[in-house]
Amino acid sequence: MKPQRWRQTVRTGLLWGAGAVFISLVGLVEALQQRQIITGVISGGHLLLLVVALGAGISAARKHAGTGTVRQLAAAALAGAITGLLPAILVALSTVVNLRSMLVGATPQLFAVLSFARGTDALPWIVLVVAGVSALGGALTLLPGEVRSLVTTGISTLLVVGLMQEQVQLLLQTERTARIREVLFTFDGLTVRGAVLVAVVSAGFSSAWHRQRPKATRRVAGLAPEQRKALRIVGFVAAVGAILILPLFVGPFFSQVLVLVGLYTLMGLGLNLEVGFAGLLDIGFVAFFAVGAYTVGLLTTGSEIAVAHLSWWTATLIAVVVSLISGVFFGLPILGIRGDYLAIATLGFGEIIRLLVLSDFLRPWLGGSQGVLTIPKPVLFGFEFRGPEQLFFITVGASALIAFVAARLRDSRLGRAWMAMREDEDVAQAMGINLINVKLLAYGIGAVFAGVSGAIFAVMVGSVFPHSFSVLVSINVLALIIVGGMGSLPGVVVGSLFLVGLPELLREFSDFRFLVYGAALMAMMVLRPEGLWPSATRRRELHEEVPRIPEGEMVEAQEGHV
Amino acid sequence: MAVLLEVENLHVYYGQIHALKGISLKVDQGEIVTLIGANGAGKSTTLKTISGLLRPREGSMRLGNEDLVAIAAHDIVAKGVVQVPEGRRIFGRLTVVENLLMGAYTRNDRPGIAEDLERVFTLFPRLRERQSQVAGTLSGGEQQMLAIGRALMGRPTVLLLDEPSMGLAPVLVEQIFETITGINKQGTTILLVEQNAYMALQVANRGYVLQTGEIALAGTAKDLQANEEVRKAYLGG
Repeated sequence: MKPQRWRQTVRTGLLWGAGAVFISLVGLVEALQQRQIITGVISGGHLLLLVVALGAGISAARKHAGTGTVRQLAAAALAGAITGLLPAILVALSTVVNLRSMLVGATPQLFAVLSFARGTDALPWIVLVVAGVSALGGALTLLPGEVRSLVTTGISTLLVVGLMQEQVQLLLQTERTARIREVLFTFDGLTVRGAVLVAVVSAGFSSAWHRQRPKATRRVAGLAPEQRKALRIVGFVAAVGAILILPLFVGPFFSQVLVLVGLYTLMGLGLNLEVGFAGLLDIGFVAFFAVGAYTVGLLTTGSEIAVAHLSWWTATLIAVVVSLISGVFFGLPILGIRGDYLAIATLGFGEIIRLLVLSDFLRPWLGGSQGVLTIPKPVLFGFEFRGPEQLFFITVGASALIAFVAARLRDSRLGRAWMAMREDEDVAQAMGINLINVKLLAYGIGAVFAGVSGAIFAVMVGSVFPHSFSVLVSINVLALIIVGGMGSLPGVVVGSLFLVGLPELLREFSDFRFLVYGAALMAMMVLRPEGLWPSATRRRELHEEVPRIPEGEMVEAQEGHV
Repeated sequence: MAVLLEVENLHVYYGQIHALKGISLKVDQGEIVTLIGANGAGKSTTLKTISGLLRPREGSMRLGNEDLVAIAAHDIVAKGVVQVPEGRRIFGRLTVVENLLMGAYTRNDRPGIAEDLERVFTLFPRLRERQSQVAGTLSGGEQQMLAIGRALMGRPTVLLLDEPSMGLAPVLVEQIFETITGINKQGTTILLVEQNAYMALQVANRGYVLQTGEIALAGTAKDLQANEEVRKAYLGG
């Protein structure tokens, strides 16, 4: 019996309970409650609390790993009971004190959600239910790996489909799929039948995948090199094909989200080049996005402040050049600044650009707070890129091209120079690297990537306003490359899907976007500091795996030990 | 012997602080010359000035017939003056091979680089064993080998070594100094800054004693070893 383990269990319960109280009081639970997950059974707010309960149970049981089934379950239940106790106390408190005078989120609706609309009578039940769910969470950790992965896949797919039922329904709206939709969904949530189907089918798929994968890998490994190459090409073509027909299937709303993800991917690739490759922390990055957008806006608009009436394609090429120049100019005054100071200096630059385009002084040329309106859509050989479904192709094309350029740069001599500079500026210089050129190139090329993103943004929205270029955009981009994995190219895509795509789809979260960001970033730094899809260098650094020395050399290495 | 590196009347300031007060020294082709002296005497400052990381306010520096004062640090490297910085300062997150290739940054003759990589691995077999290991996980001695190897990848005509023995166990210090002699025998001229005056004077041909930014004594290594003041101040009696 180890008392500190149980003390830890109590602490786990208190932490998760505090989390539950927090998300309740900020309004997240109430907001999600509007959304039915399984019609008539469970809605979003309750689901969120269930997830908290499960989490408490899992984390408590994990800390008691290896102490036996009963004790692990008891720990999970205890942690759950404590987790449930805190919201219960909150409900009890609300009947005595007027919490709303201090906390705007403490609405009667919230307390109805927490107590299942049964008032204080339900309080013991809250504790019991949460404890029960936590015990289930604890039981989950006891299951053998294979079964556990089945259950978790089933549950998480159910969660995703449930939370995004609106979007999924939108996808299933064609004639042919209408039957499926009727089976799975009511007008505002999953049916019970649908929920079971989704969970079982996804678990089945996952199980089949896990069973077939080793076989498939072995078969691929057994193929001749030419065959393997052919297979790769087929896979690549299939992937490209799938991406190209995607907008036809997903409709305008999804396409819009995908374009946005693409725009942030472009910016992420640019900032990744500065921060991830070259180690130059830049939080005024939005400036280059603005430069790209305004250049295209002013060169193509139909309004009277137009500088020219070029086609989008020509304007974008000019925007690339303008961004490059502005990136280099931006780099000049801050060449000698390092680290934290650099972050502050760049922050200033981002704000300067925003204030310039907002200023009345420059209004005759840049439009001031009115912005630049009526930007025509791009046309290519008579094909007009009218809406998001068409602009999607431009975004994908630009992202692919720029990702390719970024990958080539990373592996080039310039890429190595950036890497050396990131590691140690003085030594990089002592290796013969011209810091001035290399830094200015990082700023310039990074700016070009963001400029292209801005150019697409301008036509996507059809107008350009100063308020689109706030410092939050820079922070978003920085956050997505951190979440994706600093210095990693696929990480940028994963990061922007995660931090830009998901919040767009879960509109209830939009008010809580930065709360979720903060939580996600903190969780990332604690649990997976290298990012979701890290680069090789970062992975090496954070998970040091000393390469295995072959048997024969072992002895020699030990003898000559230094 | 032809003079390879010549420094005359070098004055260097850190802000208001007058760190080097007119240093003059020369290094002949093929020599090992050492700068010894106490902490803060200006040994590292001299090296950093020669490699261009610090700018002299006054004085001249020449490599052969070429003026080094007017050109930037990265161009000085390209001319063949390569520094092994104090405290090793390897690129900790990169692998051993990546570190070594970074040393060859100024070059683009692939066969020559491959040849030099092989040469470094022959000189330091430990580095070959650990070539794909992250450099930050190497031991102190291995890191010093890597720092020297990285500098050699730049094919230096003059190798500037800043405190190579710093923080190393006595056995390793001996090894490092053996290596330095070996590199010198292969034709690289060496300017060595050391606090370990005893070891430095054993491998060097000539030496300079620095004191508060000025050269207090100069002579052959043998003479310095025999000098009463040097013995008292730097060789422990």
